[in-house]
Amino acid sequence: MIELRHVDKWYGPNFQVLKDCTTRVAKGEVVVVCGPSGSGKSTLIKCVNALEPIQGGEIILDGIKVNDPATDLPKLRSRVGMVFQHFELFPHLRIQENLCLAQEKVLGRSHDEAQAKGMKLLDRVGLKEHAGKYPAELSGGQQQRVAIARALAMDPIAMLFDEPTSALDPEMISEVLDVMVDLAGEGMTMMVVTHEMGFASKVAHRVIFMDQGEIVEDALKDDFFGKPRSDRAQKFLSKILQH
Amino acid sequence: MNYNWNWGIFFQPNPMGTGTYLDMLLSGLWLTIKTALLAWIIALICGSIVGVLRTLPSKTAEWIGFLYVEFFRNMPLLVQLFLWFFVLPELLPRAIGLWLKQLPNAPFWTAAIGVGLFMSARVAVQLAAGISSLPRGQKQAATALGLTTVQTYRYVLLPMAFRIILPPLTSEFLNTVKNTAVAITIGLIELTGQARSMQEFSFQVFEAFTAATLMYLLLNLVVVTAMRFLERRVAIPGYIAGK
Repeated sequence: MIELRHVDKWYGPNFQVLKDCTTRVAKGEVVVVCGPSGSGKSTLIKCVNALEPIQGGEIILDGIKVNDPATDLPKLRSRVGMVFQHFELFPHLRIQENLCLAQEKVLGRSHDEAQAKGMKLLDRVGLKEHAGKYPAELSGGQQQRVAIARALAMDPIAMLFDEPTSALDPEMISEVLDVMVDLAGEGMTMMVVTHEMGFASKVAHRVIFMDQGEIVEDALKDDFFGKPRSDRAQKFLSKILQH
Repeated sequence: MNYNWNWGIFFQPNPMGTGTYLDMLLSGLWLTIKTALLAWIIALICGSIVGVLRTLPSKTAEWIGFLYVEFFRNMPLLVQLFLWFFVLPELLPRAIGLWLKQLPNAPFWTAAIGVGLFMSARVAVQLAAGISSLPRGQKQAATALGLTTVQTYRYVLLPMAFRIILPPLTSEFLNTVKNTAVAITIGLIELTGQARSMQEFSFQVFEAFTAATLMYLLLNLVVVTAMRFLERRVAIPGYIAGK
């Protein structure tokens, strides 16, 4: 489904954020990407739908080369859902309008069709009664659930999560993770950048550990948590699981 | 000081036979309003286009935006009006120059376009600042949903950017109204022009300019009130100034 081959990315001529990153995510697979801050994990996930350009290697999404100038990027992006750390709902639009905008403007669905789809997904994340509100009137956890519903409304073939719970208060994290666990249970292909090791050990199939722009470890979940091969991953895990 | 106050002068007939002196001033006020409105529309349209150009990732767009803004904001308005009114027709091929000079209402069109372009540079800078003040994730979220660049600006970035810059835009609208007074130098008999002719015909300089001052104040009070009303109308519940 998602394939990265020898991906290199630089910011400016001197700073390489991604170094020879190679991995793949199969259909229905849930892959968690973790690592210390500044390790390039968010950048990596943003390269998958070309929000960030890459300078070397290639990325293949559902058989289509992402970093090919001939690729219709808006169309490709509309098939991959993305959820951001800071939700990024559109503040001037009501919740239902947030859900309908791309369905209508990108997929060309009728307003009624988009509305029905949006309401169904809103119901699914437990926020149906908030459809007429504005994003600023919802809590962070609620906003993030709306953001997930907005991405799902596009009927994505895969979902990318960029630290979806990092900006949330602790009591709101679980309501978002619950939605993600459900999604994984339905067989959605997911690539998740997160520090939530509980989530990783519960639903991930594989864990990718990154440090300084490199994929240091790419292992099955049990192998990663059981006996990480690299020192760096071991140190990271011991720190993060300390408490 | 030996001055004959005569507040009744406004109701005496003017020597042009177009009614009273008050009618004269009112026709000047009407011309000021027409010039300011047209100039403001031009400023908004050109300023929006250039403001957007200044925020695009393309180097060419950035350069065009830069040159446009620096050209129009670094020359006194008076010089710009002279340039368009006196110099431009001489620089053009003879036939076109002659046609320009003989256009009916040439001072009106020159003033509206000249003031409009002058103000558009300021609108552009403010809009660019408004767009840049939005979280980077907004553009990424819109892009990730598959919206094209044009759609992203139209539906996501501009609605928020314009809301943010409404208060400074109000000031620019007021400046546009006031700047039309410079057009007296190219022969536009707007409010200031009519006050001057009233002074010349009646020698009642203080009455003439008191009335003109009050009319400018009143006109701008209307603008301020209208913009306040607009601000409240587009305020987003739960967001910044919204309630």
